[in-house]
Order: sequence, then structure tokens, then C-alpha cells
Amino acid sequence: MSKFRKLVICTALGSALAAGPALAEKLGLGRPATADEIAAWNLDVRPDGTGLPEGSGSVEDGEMIFSENCAVCHGDFAEGVGNWPKLAGGMDTLDHEDPLKTVGSYWPHLSTAWDYVNRSMPFGNAQSLEPDDVYAIVAYILYSNDLVDDDFVLSKDNFLEVEMPNADGFIIDDRLESEAHFWNAEPCMENCKDSVEVTMRAAVLDVTPEEEAAAEPAATEEAAPVETAAAEEPAAEEPAAAEMAAVDPELVEKGEKVFKKCKACHQVGEGAKHRTGPILNGVVGRAIGAAEDFKYSKAFDEAAAAGQVWDNDTLAAFLADPRGSMKGTKMSFAGLKKEDDQKAVIAYLSTFK
Amino acid sequence: MTDQSGPSTTRRGFMKAGLAAGGAVAAGGAAHAAGDPLITEVQEWAQITGEGVDATPYGLPIRFEDDVIRRNVPWLTADPISSINFTPIHALDGTITPQGCAFERHHSGAIELSKGDYRLMINGLVDTPLVFTYEDLERFPRENHVYFCECAANSGMEWAGAQLNGAQFTHGMIHNMEYTGIPLRAILEEAGIQPGATWVYVEGADASSNGRSIPLEKALDDVLVAFKANGEALRKEHGYPVRLVVPGWEGNMWVKWLRRVEVTDAPVESREETSKYTDTLEDGTARKWTWEMDAKSVVTSPSPQSPIKHGPGPLVITGLAWSGRGTITGVDVTIDGGKTWQKARMDGISLNKALHRFYLEIEWDGSEMFLQSRAHDSTGYVQPTKNQLREVRGLNSVYHNNGIQTWWVKANGEAENVEIS
Repeated sequence: MSKFRKLVICTALGSALAAGPALAEKLGLGRPATADEIAAWNLDVRPDGTGLPEGSGSVEDGEMIFSENCAVCHGDFAEGVGNWPKLAGGMDTLDHEDPLKTVGSYWPHLSTAWDYVNRSMPFGNAQSLEPDDVYAIVAYILYSNDLVDDDFVLSKDNFLEVEMPNADGFIIDDRLESEAHFWNAEPCMENCKDSVEVTMRAAVLDVTPEEEAAAEPAATEEAAPVETAAAEEPAAEEPAAAEMAAVDPELVEKGEKVFKKCKACHQVGEGAKHRTGPILNGVVGRAIGAAEDFKYSKAFDEAAAAGQVWDNDTLAAFLADPRGSMKGTKMSFAGLKKEDDQKAVIAYLSTFK
Repeated sequence: MTDQSGPSTTRRGFMKAGLAAGGAVAAGGAAHAAGDPLITEVQEWAQITGEGVDATPYGLPIRFEDDVIRRNVPWLTADPISSINFTPIHALDGTITPQGCAFERHHSGAIELSKGDYRLMINGLVDTPLVFTYEDLERFPRENHVYFCECAANSGMEWAGAQLNGAQFTHGMIHNMEYTGIPLRAILEEAGIQPGATWVYVEGADASSNGRSIPLEKALDDVLVAFKANGEALRKEHGYPVRLVVPGWEGNMWVKWLRRVEVTDAPVESREETSKYTDTLEDGTARKWTWEMDAKSVVTSPSPQSPIKHGPGPLVITGLAWSGRGTITGVDVTIDGGKTWQKARMDGISLNKALHRFYLEIEWDGSEMFLQSRAHDSTGYVQPTKNQLREVRGLNSVYHNNGIQTWWVKANGEAENVEIS
């Protein structure tokens, strides 16, 4: 059938080259990439192990590294926290209602896990792990899925020996065959059915977000009276304003940039919500572990019980080495090594009351 | 007559309102002539001046349109930094999506990457691995094409049944822009493709390192390395300064902040092409490499977020149709849930792998309707019902739901997302 001719895409990979596109004349644009440049970016790892660096890591080391870098979102046992991805479990659920697709139950290639952890994780601090750490984390994820024993060590050498349970669970797009009947078609136009009954309603489920206009609409006349009223309030906020004015605006600006490293987990400003980490409005000068409705780790609860407060010194120490200064914190951030960065972030945070 | 919340704007409505007002005037004995005060009284905007040309160096829509915005469904994802929002298709017309309200999908947030800091590397099975700056890209011959970009997960929440109440939420993971860019073929040929090459792996510069494998045949066919959309620079959230455009194929492959194209002899099988963007079937096996977006359509108005407010009489039914495999040859619309279908009026020519606008103008009698649309594309494909899809694929797929959508329009003009027999 001629209408299928256009559809047969990619059935003969490489045929385009065999057919020989006329070689265009080169424009001489760009410059040769250096070997170091290619090495820096050419990091992808393929199912046959192409791209894997030398190295190894044990389940035992992986458990510790995972706990420090991954567990805040993925859970101590890779079981997932909230809506964050579950990395373990779900074996034999793929043909059930709501299958649980994890590295163990679904992913066909171990290379994908290694490649993804190496290039994209941890969330908010990507490309910060050494190859041995990545081997160890992947070994721990395998262990969490009961695919290896607790004394297992994953390395470049034994990488291809690991069997993924769902390796054969995929087929290449077969819509042209299995759905060929959708192409048949002179569909019915008249007297197509006798009755129409509603079988499901979205309103019954009621999961649609409420409609709201843009968060920051252009100033309107209606808003003006409110502003006037606010201006007539007793000047209770003046001391705070004066304090803010004392903060070096350049430092605040720098702090805003540094804070990008924190934004994967923390929000500030109007409308801020708890994310993986608590809201940081008013954190400077606040009692440690005091953000309302945030579930802190034990370390923070203990600091709160001891009556500790976030001031310049405690914040700087925590920012410099989160896990060193607050043993047991779930915050997986490696820390801000530069004192200037710490100061800048504290200055920036001090502007949010 | 149905409830008229605002001033009547139809001729018949105005005549009736005028008659009623006239009656009141007669009864009350007032001396002045009846009429719409917006016309009979001098309005403020007709007396005093408006803003000067310096007021808005780069304009946003007027404040009366501040409900025409992208919206998020917070419960869908763990965090807005790795999430998606939806184009307000219920409130737009024509086919081009303004960049400012075109849906966003980020895996590690929208990054700021300047033209000065931008680099594109071509490596792998090429004669000379090359690095290009943004300025280098501007020196290649370039082309303009209109294409839709649809997330494979568009309508994905509707697999198990009607769930979200609005065309924005059920079908808003789509936008349609005119791209200015360079054929990827030209850039690859500059590096010199070596024999044995069958795939390219394309990768973004953001922290997610989103990467996808694309068959070389597609890469050499119509893929664009784009730097402008709708005439202006790409927006940050759409990959400024450079993104890949992969016409007709799922949005995840349209890598933003494109930094590297590796020519290979095998697919990488990255996270986004194995653990995600694969389609689990009823028996637990999953389809992979389901790149093409099948033909699909949706009535954008009336719809749950765009109810009928004017009562019975002339009604414009409108919607969008598209196919990742070619052009749209026609759209059928039913107002009775599929008992009877009529051909919609297709507006203008249908562009390849782009949105096409359709209209059906009817005289609405004020009774309830079950509105559906059904797209036909140039390969002969006819958009299936959701149940026809489920018969083949089961209920556990997430992606590629292109089934026919039903809006139940009530007698009061409000509409609801439903499924029908």
C-alpha cells in the first residue's frame, strides 16, 4: 500500500548513507575539538560498556555514599521519598495495574544507571561524583533490588556480568503492524451508534488545579487602595528595613547567584514552600530546626532541643561542611568551601524575613 | 433565555435589552433615550491619553489577559524543577503558540546559558571532531519551518479514564512555533560523517544531561539546530540559545541547550529512552523507540475552561489537529457523542508536522452536547478512540495517548471532561 511508504522510517538504518547524499561543499566553520575537550564531554556509556572508566565500588561503600548523596530523595533503601523516583522493588509488577518501574524491575541495561548517576546525579549537584563512587552507588542500587549480595563489588571488569531482570522486556516500536487497523479507514459518519452514556467524569475525580491568574499581574487600580492602607500602618517594619539596608547589596547579589546551588531543595521569598529542604525565609537569626511543618532529621531535632540558633557563625560552619558540622543531616549538599560564598549566601538569606 | 452575566453583545440580545430598557424608561417616565452607556456616555479612554511608547520596551499581554498563562499540576511530579506545565490552548486561536505561554518541560530546571558561553561539539564517527560557537552557527545557511512540539506524555494522565478538567491540562503539553535554524545535516557534513555511522546521540548542557539517540537517517532528513522561534531568540525555558528541533517526534528528543552531537554506530540507551519514554503494554513488555507522534486533535473551545457564555444561537466550535507523520487532511466533529459526524472547516493549508486549526460553526439549540473531534492525516491514519488504543496497549502506558477527547457541554454552557460509551 502506497500510504505506508512514507511510514517505513528507520527500518533500514544507514540506508541514507548508502544512498549517498551529495557531499556538500564544506564551509570551513568551527574548529577542531581537542582531545581533552572531547574527553570532558564525551561521557555517555553504552550497554556494551563503551565509555566506562576504570574503577570499582562495593555495596558496603555504596550504602554510605547513597545515604549521604541520594537518600534524601530516594530513601535509605532506594524505596523513594514522596514523589521522587523509587529505585528498588517492583519485581514482577510490569503486567499488573500500576506497575512499579525501578532500576531492578524495569531498566534493561545497567549502563543506563551508571551513566545517569555519573552525569545527572545528585540532583542539584550533578557531575560531582568520582567513578569509584558511581560504581559503589550502582552496586548499592543492585543490592537494594536483591540482584547482588552484600559483599559484591562492581567494577569495569565485571560490569557486563550483571544480569538485568527485564533485559528482554522491550520490543521496537511496532505500531505500523499492531495498530495497522488505525490506517484502514473510512470511518462511520452517520447513524454510528444508538445511544451515548457517560462512563467516566473528571469532575467526580476532582484533581484539576484551581484556576489562578498570573502570580504577578500588572498593577491595577483596584490594588491601589490596599497599598495605601499598608503605608498607613504603624512603621513596625522599619527596623527590619534598616537592617536590610545595612547588608552590602553587591554581596546580596553575589549570594543570589551562589544560592542557585541550593534552589534544587530550598525556596525563599513570597509564596515559598517546603521542598526537599525547609523554607529559608527568616532563617538568619532563627532557632535551628524551627521551620513550621517541616520534618527535620534527628540531628536538627537535637540541635533545636539544645536551643541552638542560626547566626553568622553556625550558618557558615554548616554551609562549609553540612554533614561534618551536623552529623546525621539528610542535606546531601557537599558544602560551600569558599568563605566568600558562605558570607554571600548568608547576606542573601538575611534579606528574606 | 439563558442567564446573561455580562452586557449582551449580540444583535438580537441587544435589541431585547434595549426593548426591556425602553419599557423601563416608559414606565419610569425618564426623559433621556435608552442606549449602552459605553456608547452614549463619553468614556475615560476617549478623553485622556494612554501610555507613551517608552512605557514597555518589551511588551507583555494586557492585564485583562492575565489568566492566559501556563499552568502546572503540582501533584504530577516531585518538584517543579523537574516537571512540566501546560500551554493554555483553550484560550489561544490560530496555530502559532506565543513563546511566553508555550509549555515547559525541564529535567533540572531552566538554565541561563549565554551566547558567549555557548559551545556545540560534534564528535564520534566523524572525520574531524569540531567545536562551534554561537557566532559560527549564524554563518551557516538557515531555514524557517513551522513545527509542533508535543511531549510524549501529553494526555498521559487520561490513560485510565477522564481525569483533568480542561483542554490545557489534557492536551496542553504542546506548542507550535516557526523555527529558524540550520539543518543538522549541514553541521554533520562539516565534520564529515564516516562509514558505519547509523545513529547520533544528542545531549543538552543542563545538569540533567538529557540525551537521546536518533537514527542517522532522521538526523540527515529534517532535524534542525534552531536558535530562533517565532522570529525572536528562543526563551530560556525553551533552550536559549540553541535547541534541537526533531519534527514530528516526541518532545523529549528536542534537546534544549544542545551542546553535543555524537555520531555513533549504536544507540546509547540513555535513561530517557529506556526507563522513560517507553510504553508498557498489557503483558508487561514495553515498546521502545516510539518516536513519531500519531495524529491527534482536540476541541479547544468550548471546553471546561472555555464554557459557552452566550446562550443558544450561533456558536463557533474550534480546535487543533496535528500529525507527526505528515499533514492533516481533515477533521471530523460530532456534537452528539459520535452518532453523527460532520466535516470541520479546515482553516488555511496544513503544514507538515505542524498544528492545523479547524472550525465548525453551528446554530446551537441550547441542549447538551458530547463534543468530539477526529483527525485524519496524509498517511491515511485516522485518530482512534481511547478504547481502541486500550484494546491494543492496555492501561499501563503513559505516553502516546492520542485517543479522541470528549467534552460534555451542558445546557448552561459549562463543559466537563468525560468518557462515553
